[in-house]
Amino acid sequence: MIFKINKNIKFSNFYKKFNILSLILILFSIFILFFKGLNLGVDFKGGTLIELRTENLGPNIAEIRQSFLRMNLGDVSVKKFGKKNDYIVKIELIKNDDDNFIKSINDKLSNDLGSVVNFRRVENVGPKVSNELMKDGLLAISISLAAMLFYIWIRFEWQFSLGAIIALIHDVIITVGIFSLLSYEINLSIVAAVLTIVGYSMNDTVVIFDRVRENLKKYSKIPTIEISDLSINQTLSRTLITSITTLLALFSIYLFGGAILKGFSFAMIMGVIIGTYSSIFIATPVLNYMGVTQKTISKEEDKIIEN
Amino acid sequence: MLYFSKLKLFTIYFIIIFLSLFSFANLINNDDNFLLSKKVNLGLDLQGGSYLLLEVDSNPAIKEKLQNKIISLRKILKDKNIKFKSLKLENNLIFIKILKSDTENFYNYFHDKENLINPYFNNYGSYEMDYSISENESDNLIKIKYSKFGIIEIKKTILEDSLEIVRRRVDEVGTKEPTILRRGNDRILIELPGLDDPNRIKNLLGKTANMTFKLVSDTENLFGSEILSYENSDDKINVSKRVIVSGENLINAQPRFDNQTNQAIVSFTFDRAGAKKFARATSSNVGKRLAIVLDNKIISAPVIREPILGGDGQISGDFTFQSATDLALLLRSGALPAPLNIIEERTVGPDLGEDSIKAGAISLLIGFLLVIIYMFYKYKLFGIIADLSLIVNLILLIGILTILEATLTLPGIAGIILTVGMAVDANVLIFERIREEMKIEKSNIHAFDSGYKKAQSAILDANITTLISAIILFFLGSGPVKGFAVTLGVGIITTLFCAYFFARHLTAVYVMKNKENHINL
Repeated sequence: MIFKINKNIKFSNFYKKFNILSLILILFSIFILFFKGLNLGVDFKGGTLIELRTENLGPNIAEIRQSFLRMNLGDVSVKKFGKKNDYIVKIELIKNDDDNFIKSINDKLSNDLGSVVNFRRVENVGPKVSNELMKDGLLAISISLAAMLFYIWIRFEWQFSLGAIIALIHDVIITVGIFSLLSYEINLSIVAAVLTIVGYSMNDTVVIFDRVRENLKKYSKIPTIEISDLSINQTLSRTLITSITTLLALFSIYLFGGAILKGFSFAMIMGVIIGTYSSIFIATPVLNYMGVTQKTISKEEDKIIEN
Repeated sequence: MLYFSKLKLFTIYFIIIFLSLFSFANLINNDDNFLLSKKVNLGLDLQGGSYLLLEVDSNPAIKEKLQNKIISLRKILKDKNIKFKSLKLENNLIFIKILKSDTENFYNYFHDKENLINPYFNNYGSYEMDYSISENESDNLIKIKYSKFGIIEIKKTILEDSLEIVRRRVDEVGTKEPTILRRGNDRILIELPGLDDPNRIKNLLGKTANMTFKLVSDTENLFGSEILSYENSDDKINVSKRVIVSGENLINAQPRFDNQTNQAIVSFTFDRAGAKKFARATSSNVGKRLAIVLDNKIISAPVIREPILGGDGQISGDFTFQSATDLALLLRSGALPAPLNIIEERTVGPDLGEDSIKAGAISLLIGFLLVIIYMFYKYKLFGIIADLSLIVNLILLIGILTILEATLTLPGIAGIILTVGMAVDANVLIFERIREEMKIEKSNIHAFDSGYKKAQSAILDANITTLISAIILFFLGSGPVKGFAVTLGVGIITTLFCAYFFARHLTAVYVMKNKENHINL
């Protein structure tokens, strides 16, 4: 054993401190989102993305920028991407009427750089489609939050549902906040990542809740706050092991999965860490704040007996 | 929880072997066998290719239809003896001024289910056209427009016709296994695997390819002629509006080389009706120029030297052989009923696809090894059981993806890797629970049995929540993201199967053999 897990950590002693920390992080995230905004990719903003590779190693980023400047395409950003002579170019201008738009860019660029330029990936998204993708993405996240809320409400009590959903919103806001802070690009795969984070964080929360419910039924005299401590401790090694295996897989994608999956795996890594933290320090304390006791659970049983 | 009936065991291992067959069929080429020829398809982001989303612009077609309506309306009003003062088209609205006394007459005709101008759609319970009346002193102003369902019906027809033409054009270019699907009311989705430069297809789809033959007119006549410019230059000439023959009458078109000039040309053949019209027009207009007009641009305007009676002809212009080939292709496949706009385009080159596959495979392998080693380190013998279960899990996952003929995308591979990381969770939950139970229970069998039982609800709840995410992602995600949802969702199902049947059986075998011994978990 590298680290021995003390099975009697008093998590409840830290609730207040971590809740305040989370609150600060959330406010900070909202603040950044409000003032800095998100770096939306072409999926959501429309425009043209070109991943290019120059055949010769010669041309540098400044020359590529110069060449694009001469083409008068409005706002163009050029960034290094992955390997040495790979670049990613984003053009805000949307040209749907000219079918030779991409080809003419390639011709001019090859000419200016004196090198064959290989367009490895081209994405061209019109304003109508990008608006729809944005709407669909937000809809998907909202629906999945609602579906989780509903599922937990059916399986547990409404207080559990509330705790889980607060933890989820906490995870999503902070993850998005980190993306805003680091100016990482938000594209379709990030939406997929956020949804998976929602699923994962829920997964983690449910395991603890399940134990809380079981312990509430089992120990009729112990106060809820101690029950929650006990439940977290009982499930702690599982929480850690699963987080570690998931993170191992994610780090493998992050390091070896290529440049395209970088953003996706980064979001997932953040999400798993935040999700694990929130299951313990956000979702569970909400149960205490909402006054969950043995009675909350037995009410459920009474209903069954009545019927 | 530790007892398995023979039938159950048979079923479990039958499923595993059955799915493994499909899984391994991916490795060998076995196209003859109809069962094992199924394969996981690679998405465009992995094999390279182009994705195009086209939107049909039906406005010009609607305008044209309204213009035709006006012509028939004028005729009908005359036949019915309904007097009207003016009849004109503005902003896709037809305006008619009718005497008050004639309004009812008009109304009755317009709403007769057998009328010739305003068809009634039984399936919608609606007429094709709507109208509103504003009253004036002596006459009424009637505004006619397409009803909601009229527009839907027009768009539907246009989309269906466009789909057919697009299919013909793409097929003629000869890319391998193109996918062409309708999306919603006015969109067409095209996937072209293996195509790294969609420029030619884009150019071919960007033209409606409406070809007409018209006479060049000498006098400028505002009503009978219009000024059109050439396709390849800024020159303009005056062309009569009357269409002699249109592309609809073509039955064949081929690129050729002119024997004398060695220039690329397009030779064409008219059908019988077209040949007749063409013969009549060329006979009576020898010495005049004939303009060949494509999408309102003049391709060429040669002088008619002699009557062309056989229905064969040729178009010479400033063609390269490629552009002659493309024009012939467009003429053969027919005109689009409406212009198409490309509203989304994604192209991945084949070398990037290959790089992505490599990167995906390497990260999958490393992630897999790391998890396997970690599980062995944590649980020793039971770690090996969890690892075996993980391997079977992967094989089953690939087997199911193969049966579904699912499309594997780069995010899809990420989904598999993520499944690897999360799949051990079920076994971890169970093992941790058994550890706890072993502290209370003296009997190994009881400890394992209640460990499995008590972990059940947590495992189920935890996996269902992830499954919910995957399902939502599947329905609302697009393209590569859908691939991620599929692998994640299927991964959850195989995970549950492996933990609850395969790993449990291995565990049961071990526990039964070591009933009395100390089990180190």
